[in-house]
Amino acid sequence: MKPSAFEYKSPATLGEAVSLLAAGNGNAKLIAGGQSLMPMLAFRLAAPELLVDLKRIRDLDAITITEDGIALGAKVRWCDIAGDQRLATAHPLLAEAIRHVAHYQIRNRGTVGGSMAHADPSAEMPGIALTCDARLEIIGAGGRRVEEAADFFQGLLQTSLAPDEIITSVHLPAWPAARRWAFREFARRKGDFAMAGVALFYDLDERRCAANVHIGAIGVADRPVRLASAEAALNGKPVNENSIAAAVAAARAEIDPPSDIHAPAAYRRSLLGTLLERGLNQSIG
Amino acid sequence: MKVEFELNGEAVAVQVEARISLADCLRDNLGKTGTHLGCEHGVCGACTVLVNGDAVRSCLMLAAQVDGEKVVTVEGLSGDDLSPLQASFRKHHALQCGFCTPGFITTAHALLTSEPDADEERVRDVLSGNLCRCTGYVPIVEAVLDARKFYAGAKENS
Repeated sequence: MKPSAFEYKSPATLGEAVSLLAAGNGNAKLIAGGQSLMPMLAFRLAAPELLVDLKRIRDLDAITITEDGIALGAKVRWCDIAGDQRLATAHPLLAEAIRHVAHYQIRNRGTVGGSMAHADPSAEMPGIALTCDARLEIIGAGGRRVEEAADFFQGLLQTSLAPDEIITSVHLPAWPAARRWAFREFARRKGDFAMAGVALFYDLDERRCAANVHIGAIGVADRPVRLASAEAALNGKPVNENSIAAAVAAARAEIDPPSDIHAPAAYRRSLLGTLLERGLNQSIG
Repeated sequence: MKVEFELNGEAVAVQVEARISLADCLRDNLGKTGTHLGCEHGVCGACTVLVNGDAVRSCLMLAAQVDGEKVVTVEGLSGDDLSPLQASFRKHHALQCGFCTPGFITTAHALLTSEPDADEERVRDVLSGNLCRCTGYVPIVEAVLDARKFYAGAKENS
């Protein structure tokens, strides 16, 4: 349970950090809160030659709320989100989902950027980013770029980040006050990784039918996924017993969850449907 | 590499390898063996210490990462006598073997310092990150709830 040897640097600017990563030639890794990376190092699942710490780099820890939406700096911690009272109205889905992240001590260190870069398929932040059409701002040796969350997650712990790239912020589009939403996840013990979870929102049109339906799931694939069939089953329909049943059936049919020591695939499929049903019932209000 | 930080109110400087965790640095380099190491990968909470007042797992931080910061271990929470929180643990029989106790004490101290009115649900939520294999948790929760009165006064006076 001891990491293998590495060098450690804590540069003062993003430019220096990018240069260090680029010079590391794939053998350098970023660390911020370290709440995912430190266990990986302890188990020697990761054995980088150089760790580049973002600790001294400023201006990455702001939560900015404008009419365009919410920008979360890469170093924003879970406890920062929980402590920001504005988010209860500015993005209630984010605020609720983050309440489920790990435990108190981990919430004091874990960061938005770290969770996105780690890309655990059960993690809440990647699930919210995908469900909400988030955009990531990324800086690397080639300059700055913007990536859609849908393109960013590429597989189990795999993202589109190049070895010399750093996430600087995650942007969530603005949240209309009347929007309907729910977040549900299930873990055997509170704070553990979710066996499955669902994040959803929709707007009601003038006929009181669901529009702009977004349903995302965590813990049921090698990455967070959108449930297109379940969304289609609700779009343009009043949200009621019939449309919810149709969406739940569609969700169970379209996912192909893994079996592991925590739960077999059939259990996860059933669980996801139950979570979606409860979430949609809750969203009706 | 050289790491300098404030430990329990005093300036310390240590020479450590980059890969050394804060927990190992505290125990092996600085002799603060009150910080216990259970799982060494962020599951059991026994190694919880305070960094700039926040409860964090010292096995999930590198010693290098506390350069310039303020660290408090369980040794820093009491003087010659038991702190009110420790006394409450004794009163409520909130420990048996005691291995997990430093992590519970540091975690509960951080919680009650910032939230002296934490209700039972909040206390249970926060303590869910610490494992105890002896007590069944009920007396620990009672001890923390009973200690709130000491922190409520402290917060008003500060």
